[in-house]
Amino acid sequence: MNSDIPLTRGFMAAASRRWLDNDRSAVFAGALLLAIAIPCLLAPLVAPYDPTAQPDIIGLQSRAPSLLHPLGTDPYSRDVLSRLIYGGRLSLLVALFATLVSVTLGTAYGAAAGYARGLTSSLLERVLDALLSIPRLLLLIAIFAAWRDIPVAGFVLILGATGWYGVARLVRGQVLALRNQDFIASATALGATRLRIFTRHILPNIVTPVVVAATLGIGHVIVLEAGLSWLGIGVRPPTASWGNMIQDGSDQMVSHWWISLFPGLAIVLTVMAFNVLGDALLKALSPMRPVIE
Amino acid sequence: MSEPLLSVENLRTWFHTPSGIAKSVDGVSFDIRAGETLGIVGESGCGKSVTALSLLRLIQPPGRIEAGSRIVFEGKDLVTVDEAGMRAVRGNRIAMIFQEPMSALNPVFTVGDQVAEVARVHGTGSRSDAWDRAVEMLAQTGIPSPGDRARQYPHQLSGGMRQRVLIAMALMMNPALIIADEPTTALDVTIQAQILELLADLKRRFGTAILMITHDLGVIAETAERVLVMYGGEIVEEAEVRTLFDDAHHPYTEGLMYAMPNITESRERLNVIPGTVPPPTAWPSGCRFRDRCRYSWERCEREHPPLYQIGVSHTSRCHLAEEPERRAHPHAPLVEQIGASL
Repeated sequence: MNSDIPLTRGFMAAASRRWLDNDRSAVFAGALLLAIAIPCLLAPLVAPYDPTAQPDIIGLQSRAPSLLHPLGTDPYSRDVLSRLIYGGRLSLLVALFATLVSVTLGTAYGAAAGYARGLTSSLLERVLDALLSIPRLLLLIAIFAAWRDIPVAGFVLILGATGWYGVARLVRGQVLALRNQDFIASATALGATRLRIFTRHILPNIVTPVVVAATLGIGHVIVLEAGLSWLGIGVRPPTASWGNMIQDGSDQMVSHWWISLFPGLAIVLTVMAFNVLGDALLKALSPMRPVIE
Repeated sequence: MSEPLLSVENLRTWFHTPSGIAKSVDGVSFDIRAGETLGIVGESGCGKSVTALSLLRLIQPPGRIEAGSRIVFEGKDLVTVDEAGMRAVRGNRIAMIFQEPMSALNPVFTVGDQVAEVARVHGTGSRSDAWDRAVEMLAQTGIPSPGDRARQYPHQLSGGMRQRVLIAMALMMNPALIIADEPTTALDVTIQAQILELLADLKRRFGTAILMITHDLGVIAETAERVLVMYGGEIVEEAEVRTLFDDAHHPYTEGLMYAMPNITESRERLNVIPGTVPPPTAWPSGCRFRDRCRYSWERCEREHPPLYQIGVSHTSRCHLAEEPERRAHPHAPLVEQIGASL
């Protein structure tokens, strides 16, 4: 019998098998996300036009969808499809990296807070409570209103740095619950070091909620980015993002619906797909819960 | 007699809580010889589990092993050895089997992986050697088709199987001593018998000493050679298992024996020792059992009884040892009956 079983491979294989077997909607959501993400990431290759080019601001202003411009043009005569693809690339990458930042910060802080004892523990907890009490959207509006020409990297970092409190609270709770589990005591009784207990027994057991939180978090950041850009303080024109594209068409929503509708649809579909995926991951990554349909 | 494998002297494990010091283990001394099975019996709150956890220094704050306690194992005092030294003992020379076989296994790893991890923790051999040995140990504990079982997750195994996995983990490094804390409490009766038989069999084959912690006198009768009876954080009686069952001296032990349901008797109600264990923050003065004892007299309140020598290897913490005539005049029945008629 082959003896060398890297546990992560076995675990992930089992998880993906459960997932594929049991959750068609997750497969659909995954396919939808790929269908959206791949063209966006390959934007320069697939976009028919330059997303910022304004070929004829009078003749081509706000034209309805046609063969030449499948999703129409916006008030500045730019091609909506090209802007949708480039804007999608920006929106997705911003959401992905901002979530990466917040999950990393949140997991680190939450793990520390969950592991700490006594005074340190209560201090970390109070700080987290204080941070959680700051309304994120207002804080972001204040920051971006004050810092008007912020680079995209700064935008991502600030979105990430204001988004980790929830993850931290989640991780802290999980670590606290796990710390008193018998298998932690058992691992200690078998001679494992604190580091090994953390990496082998605590982390793998919080991966599920963290991955789920991250997946749902990406959808949340997409909406947040769109909202800020729509308010005119997120991604600045002429750079396209789904949010500022909606803004471009928002004063002529009825007569020139295609300008706002398509980025809006893109946001809805993407966020929904991330949410379905998050739920499916939650089911698939819990080996203790056999999935029975 | 040769050197004991483990020698506990005046172990005191106190919990410094805001509502006072809980003296959960308060001056316990005993020896375990290589290859023997020592039972510790007592009801909830008597300090038996805290004693077990203290041996591996697994006591969490605010609990603390007090200065003056000694746990001498293979020439080292485990109370003072550093953390790295302690880790080298845990799982390697002394292993522990926990009560609840579901929660003592990590749900996200296969059981084979978790058994193999013990060898990895103690840095012996490669990953594949560890896996092979894990499969072998699973086979030793009577798990059918161990190669396949090793690839399963804890939730896919029954309670008895999981307990076998925990035993395999404990045996992985061939330790000199296994501490089994209520190893069969969470299992149903037929599985209990199998697990006890397995432990006895493994003990014979590997020569491992076992410290069996339980509240179940049946388990003690089945497995132990010598028994410590604990009450109120102290040892109240120590004897060979036969002596304890035939000739219990301490009134608490006596009560435990009568409280045991007996299949040959037609009894309608359960017998219980009246009262409950006092809180460990406030043990009564004198004898800690006196409030529940049917023989107690004023000396019991005044004077904390020492462990009196009753027989060759039989001690009891009761003044009756010096005033045996008082046993003839109990002021209450031995046990009370509770529960509805059957």
